Amino acid sequence: MPKTLAEKVYDAHVVRSAAGEPDLLFIDLHLVHEVTSPQAFDGLRAAGRTVRRPDLTMATEDHNVPTLDILKPIADPVSRAQVEALRRNAEEFGIRLAPMGDRDQGIVHVIGPQLGLTQPGMTIVCGDSHTSTHGAFGALAFGIGTSEVEHVLATQTLPQYRPKQMAVTVDGELPPGVSAKDVILAVIAQIGTGGGQGHVIEYRGSAIEKLSMEARMTICNMSIEAGAKAGLIAPDQTTFDFLRGRPHAPQGADWDAAVEYWQTLRTDEGAVFDREVRIDAASLTPFVTWGTNPGQGLPISASVPDPAQIADENDRRDAEGALAYMGLTPGTPLRDIEVDTVFLGSCTNGRIEDLRVAAELLRGKHIDPDTRMLVVPGSVGVKAQAEAEGLDRVFTEAGAEWRGAGCSMCLGMNPDQLKPGERSASTSNRNFQGRQGKGGRTHLVSPAVAAATALTGKLTAPADLEPAELTSTGV
Amino acid sequence: MDAFTTHTGTAAPLRRTNVDTDQIIPAEYLKRITRTGFEDGLFVSWRTNEPDFVLNRPEYADASILVAGPDFGTGSSREHAVWALMDGGFRVVISSRFADIFRNNSTKAGLLTVLLPQADVEALWTAIEADPTTEVTVDLQAKEVTHELGGDVVRMPFDIDDYTRWRLLEGLDDVGLTERHLADIEAYEATRKPWLPKALPALPA
Ligand code: SF4
Repeated sequence: MPKTLAEKVYDAHVVRSAAGEPDLLFIDLHLVHEVTSPQAFDGLRAAGRTVRRPDLTMATEDHNVPTLDILKPIADPVSRAQVEALRRNAEEFGIRLAPMGDRDQGIVHVIGPQLGLTQPGMTIVCGDSHTSTHGAFGALAFGIGTSEVEHVLATQTLPQYRPKQMAVTVDGELPPGVSAKDVILAVIAQIGTGGGQGHVIEYRGSAIEKLSMEARMTICNMSIEAGAKAGLIAPDQTTFDFLRGRPHAPQGADWDAAVEYWQTLRTDEGAVFDREVRIDAASLTPFVTWGTNPGQGLPISASVPDPAQIADENDRRDAEGALAYMGLTPGTPLRDIEVDTVFLGSCTNGRIEDLRVAAELLRGKHIDPDTRMLVVPGSVGVKAQAEAEGLDRVFTEAGAEWRGAGCSMCLGMNPDQLKPGERSASTSNRNFQGRQGKGGRTHLVSPAVAAATALTGKLTAPADLEPAELTSTGV
Repeated sequence: MDAFTTHTGTAAPLRRTNVDTDQIIPAEYLKRITRTGFEDGLFVSWRTNEPDFVLNRPEYADASILVAGPDFGTGSSREHAVWALMDGGFRVVISSRFADIFRNNSTKAGLLTVLLPQADVEALWTAIEADPTTEVTVDLQAKEVTHELGGDVVRMPFDIDDYTRWRLLEGLDDVGLTERHLADIEAYEATRKPWLPKALPALPA
C-alpha cells in the first residue's frame, strides 16, 4: 500500500503493535534541556531506574542562559539551580551535556542539526514543543511532556497512536523579500491554531523544494503553532549537502548506505492524506501578527482587523481580548505600529542564514534611535560562524546588541524581557500574552521584516526600504 | 498516578478560546525543579490583572472541573500546566478541542481531559453560569458527563480510547507497562542501522 513519508518513518520504528493498545515506538534521538527534565530524572531515581540509552541522549542548556556574561555564574538563583540540576543529572546518568561556554551549546533545536545528530528517517523527541524543527530533515520529530521524557529516558521508546496525515503544498515562486517565516505564518492564519491537530504535516511542492535547510527548519518549527504533532519535508540533495561532513553524519561507505536509504524517504505516488491544503507561493507577502496567538496574522499591507466584523462569537471575543492586550485600534495600518524592541533569534530564526539576511539589510545603516535591537544567535556555533563572516560588526555598527547564544527573549526565562506595555517585532514563534515578559506585546515577523523594522522603528517590509535591491532570499 | 473512576464537583466556565500553556502557567514558574506546588502560578496573570476573572469569583473558588473554550492547552509542551491545574484543585478539564501535547500530558499525570462537542460545552456554560452550585459528574466508567437541570438529568456522552481509559481507571504508570516489553525493545535494537548517529562520544567539529 502506498505510504506517506511520515508513515514510512513511523512504521520503521514500531517495536511492538497490539490490537487495542498504542504502538510502542523506538526513539533514535532524545534531546534534553534544563526546564522539562529535572522532574523526569527525579522520577527515575525514585523508581531506581537508569537511562537506557545514554548514547542516544544529548543535553544542553538553553532556556535559562543569560546572553551576557555567560562565563559567570547565573545571577538568578532559581535559574542557576535548574541549570545545576541538569549538570548533576547528566553526570549521574552518564549523558553528554553541552553546558554554557561549551562550543556545542545552543538552543536544543539548533544544535541537533548543526552536529549532524538530526538525520532523515529518524524519530526524535525532546521535552519541547518545537522539536518539530527537526522534521526539516525528513525525521519524525515531536515535542513531549515531562512524564514522557521520563519514559524515553527509561525505555528509549514511547507509546504512540498513529497520527493523521496532512499535506501542505506550496507551489510556485516566492516573491522577493518573502521568506519561509511568511509562508508558515500564512499557513497558520489559513488553517488556524488547531487546524493541524492530531496530524503530521508534510510540506511539499516546488516552493518548498527550493528552500534551504535553514528555511525548511523555520517552516517545520512552527508546525506546532498550527496545532500539528509534527511537520516534515522529504529529504533531497539540499538535505544531503547540508549533512555531509558534520561531526555525527555517517562517513565513507556508511554515508553511501545512508543516502541510499534516505532517498527512499518520499511519499509514495497514490498515498492518501487525511487533509490537503494548497498555497500559491506567488500570492504570499510579508506576514506579521497583530494578536496574541500565531493564527492572528495578516499581510503587512493590511490593517488591524475589526472584531465587530468577526462572525463567530468565540473568535470575536478572542480578537477583542487580543486587541485590548496589544493596545491596538481596529483600522490602524499595520505599517503604522511603532515598536520598542526588535528581537532577532530563537529556534525559528536564529540560524546563520537568518542572521545573514538581517545583516544585509542593516549593512552600513543605523537602526532607529528609539528602537533597541537584540541579536541572539541560536548556538555558539552560529555565533562563531557569524563572527567569522563579520556579521557581528555589521550588527553592532548598526546599533544592535550582539549577544551570547540561547532562547533569550523568545520566552524571557533569562533577563532578556520586555517591560510591561513594551512592543516588539520578534522573529520567534509565539505572541502569547506575557510570553516575552509580563505585559509585553509581541508581533511575529521574519528576519527581513525584523531588520527593516529596526531601521524605521515601525513594522516595515524590506520592500518598503529599497525595492530595487531586493531579491528572493529563500529564508 | 492516582486512579480516576468518577468525579463529582462544581465547575467553572472559562469562556476563552486558545488558552495557551503560557497563560495556564508562565515561564517564570518553570524554573522550579519540583513536581508540585504550582498553584500560585495557575492563570496568574489573569488572576492578578482581571478582578472579575472567573477563578477570582467566590462562587467558582472551589470548582474542580474547568469548562473551557476550544483549543485549550496550545503552545509549549510544559507538563507544568497540567500539574498547576491539579495543584489548583482541578481533576477534569472539558473542552471541544485540546492541543495534542497538553492532552497527552494530562493522561500521564492523571488529569482527565474530556472532549465534548462545542454545543455541549455551551450548554454546560449556560447551566453553571445560571447556577454555580450545579454539581457536575464526570464518569469515566460510563464515559459520560451528567448534571441536573430542572429536575432532569442531562447526559453528555464522551469518547476516549479504551487503552487510555483503562490506564486512568487503574492509575497505571506507563514506564512499568513498557518494561514488560523489554524483549521486544532489545529485538528492535538489534535491527537498527549501524550508521545511525550516537551522541556519545562527542566528535570534533
Ligand atoms: S527558542 Fe523559544 S521556542 Fe525555541 S526552544 Fe527556546 S524557548 Fe522554545
